[in-house]
Amino acid sequence: MLHTFVALVEDKPGVLTRVASLFRRLNINITSLTVGNTEREEISRMTIVAEAAEDRAHRIMASLYKLENVLEVDDVGRHSAVVRELALLKVVCTPETRADLFQLAEVFHARIVDLAPESLMLEITGSASKIEGLVQILVQSNHKILEMARTGRMAMRRGHHTSRVVEALSDITPGSESVLAGKPKHVALDLIAEEDHA
Amino acid sequence: MSNSGNPNSSDPAITSQPTRLTGAETLWATMVGEGVRDVFGYPGGAILPAYDALRKFPIRHILVRHEQGAAHMADGYARASGRVGVAVATSGPGATNLVTGIANAMLDSIPIVCVTGQVSSKVLGTDAFQEVDITGITLPVTKHNYLVSRTEDIAPALREAFRVAQSGRPGPVLVDITKDAQQNSAIFDFEAAAPAPYRPHPMLRADSTSIREALDLLRTAKRPVILAGHGILHSRAFEQVRTLAERGQIPVACTLLGLTAFPASHPLNLGMMGMHGESWVNQAIQQADVLIACGMRFDDRVTGALATYAPNAKKIHIEIDPAEINKNVRVDVALIGDLKEVLETLLPLLPKRDGAPWLDAISAMKGDAAVRDIQQLPDNGHLYAAHVMHDLWRETNGDAIVVTDVGQHQMWEAQYYKHDRPHSLITSGGLGTMGFALPAAIGAKVACPDREVWVVAGDGGFQMTSPELSTIAQENLNINIAIVNNGYLGMVRQWQEFFYDKNYESTPLLSPDFVKLADAHGIHGAHVRKRGEVISTVQAARKHDGAFLIDFHVEQEDSVYPMIPAGAALHEMIRRPAGNPLVETASKA
Repeated sequence: MLHTFVALVEDKPGVLTRVASLFRRLNINITSLTVGNTEREEISRMTIVAEAAEDRAHRIMASLYKLENVLEVDDVGRHSAVVRELALLKVVCTPETRADLFQLAEVFHARIVDLAPESLMLEITGSASKIEGLVQILVQSNHKILEMARTGRMAMRRGHHTSRVVEALSDITPGSESVLAGKPKHVALDLIAEEDHA
Repeated sequence: MSNSGNPNSSDPAITSQPTRLTGAETLWATMVGEGVRDVFGYPGGAILPAYDALRKFPIRHILVRHEQGAAHMADGYARASGRVGVAVATSGPGATNLVTGIANAMLDSIPIVCVTGQVSSKVLGTDAFQEVDITGITLPVTKHNYLVSRTEDIAPALREAFRVAQSGRPGPVLVDITKDAQQNSAIFDFEAAAPAPYRPHPMLRADSTSIREALDLLRTAKRPVILAGHGILHSRAFEQVRTLAERGQIPVACTLLGLTAFPASHPLNLGMMGMHGESWVNQAIQQADVLIACGMRFDDRVTGALATYAPNAKKIHIEIDPAEINKNVRVDVALIGDLKEVLETLLPLLPKRDGAPWLDAISAMKGDAAVRDIQQLPDNGHLYAAHVMHDLWRETNGDAIVVTDVGQHQMWEAQYYKHDRPHSLITSGGLGTMGFALPAAIGAKVACPDREVWVVAGDGGFQMTSPELSTIAQENLNINIAIVNNGYLGMVRQWQEFFYDKNYESTPLLSPDFVKLADAHGIHGAHVRKRGEVISTVQAARKHDGAFLIDFHVEQEDSVYPMIPAGAALHEMIRRPAGNPLVETASKA
């Protein structure tokens, strides 16, 4: 079963190695991994997707927590969550195929972000299945994909669930720059109705 | 291990107010503040600034002969005293030599802090002389590690290292400090460098529901067994485990590292479980209907084949590390937390129960062996290691700290030396590191100078770290050494005998005359070749003021029985063959 772990980690050198090394040691292949900033300067957010049986997933979570630099771990697959990834696709595009590609882009809510005489670049955001759907259609319609780059999944739980760690940090540092400060906590930001569209 | 605060006492003079210090001075001042009194180390280029400053601080430095020894000494020191052990080494080869010792501490959850020098921050990553990426190398064998390249980061990193090493499930921590960080100066403020408080693992869970489930299992249990592990020592839950056993009349089986967690002489103590456990111990586990695992991790050496392990037992697992739950054995109730705290919650709710039928059934399984006393066996002219261990136990009144190496002698010690005192057996369990005994015993003796310390090692393992005899001589340590010398790498030979058609490839072992070797170090010694000489020589060693080495020339092709072949079920053991001189009947005893 594919698990999506979200880990809040300290933004320090070597933390990625520690997390990656844990998966290596368990002989588990990481399907995708994204790392980026969070609402707190000193905390990074990792979204790690990996194939693992249920009991192994428990062990991964428990082991991630044992790393000193890991502050919080969530297996978001267990909860209702918004899961997205972004892909850039460079596709062969001639005057004859251009109209079809534009149409496909519209159906998939993909954006054309670059247009060259013999190719164009599509940017698509969505679930993995939506991206795979676009890729499949492109291949089946004999559009040649020259290059593809995917970010891997990012995930966030729906509804009011914020990291205990971030909340705790906000509490002890009054007036800090947390984006959570001042926001009504019950608002569920579900902005992605388009997801059902694809 | 206690989670709150450092059991080491701190020195107020050095830590009272912020002062400008070099990084080297900061290193030692922080250690003094953390209560460190003894460190084991070996100087070299990248750690020289630290050594230059050492003299100003009330810390005893024990010069080792190899850095692996330093790590094992810190390990033995920690196990004997409950305090954090400290090892110091230089960069490059000094650091890599620590690795085996660090891995050993990791596998047995021992709190040690290793400090290594590192090349100057300006040349980090350039393959400078004696540069090695030691934080990279030790990443999988430390609980955590630090690369410190700024003087002002030394105290916070080191203080956090001490906190990490001893909190939760303890383990080794390495702090790698660049040479320029040692040389430069910064304001040292011990209080301001205090680490964030210990955050318990968020997956700890011993709520009322699971406590109730555990109690229900215990209440209705007909054939319960307590599995006593190393966690009892770490959590100092001796009294609680004893109460659990006594109130429930529940027999106790111990892991190798849990042997001193429950008194050997206690009537409820069955003895060691697992690969070389006695048959009735493993039979009791196989027949149990409830197992209460206390601070142990169902290692493959205690479970045998998992598919057939305790098939009828409901399992209650009390453990501080959530990653151990359901790792090898699927459990029915997991109480995840500090063992002492969990038991203190559980015990008041535990009713007394009558354990007589089950205890009688186990006694019946023991049969003849229950009254075994190998002391009474007639001397047949051969010297068996079992007799050596047994006599050593009698002569020392079971009161010594015994530090063993790894192999046959280790199992014989576990079988025939009866430990009643906590922490009185120091042995390499998880990693099985040959060469551990001699340096670990040095650590134990430095930690507990008033205790009698015995090294028990084989002729193979002893030679791996025997240069540390010099350390014993230089530090004038009163350590007794028993070498169980059978001319083979005995445990490997035993496996070759059982599983490789007696193909004794590369196991016959030539050794120096260990008594002469000791003599070359100014250490007294004696050979023992007959059973009748064992007691008098042990007495001589104990009387002698100073280190003493005894080379016991034991039966060469003796094997450790019983034995469960790797991967076999717990009850499918190889018993002592009929011709084995250690087999005796009740009538003989």
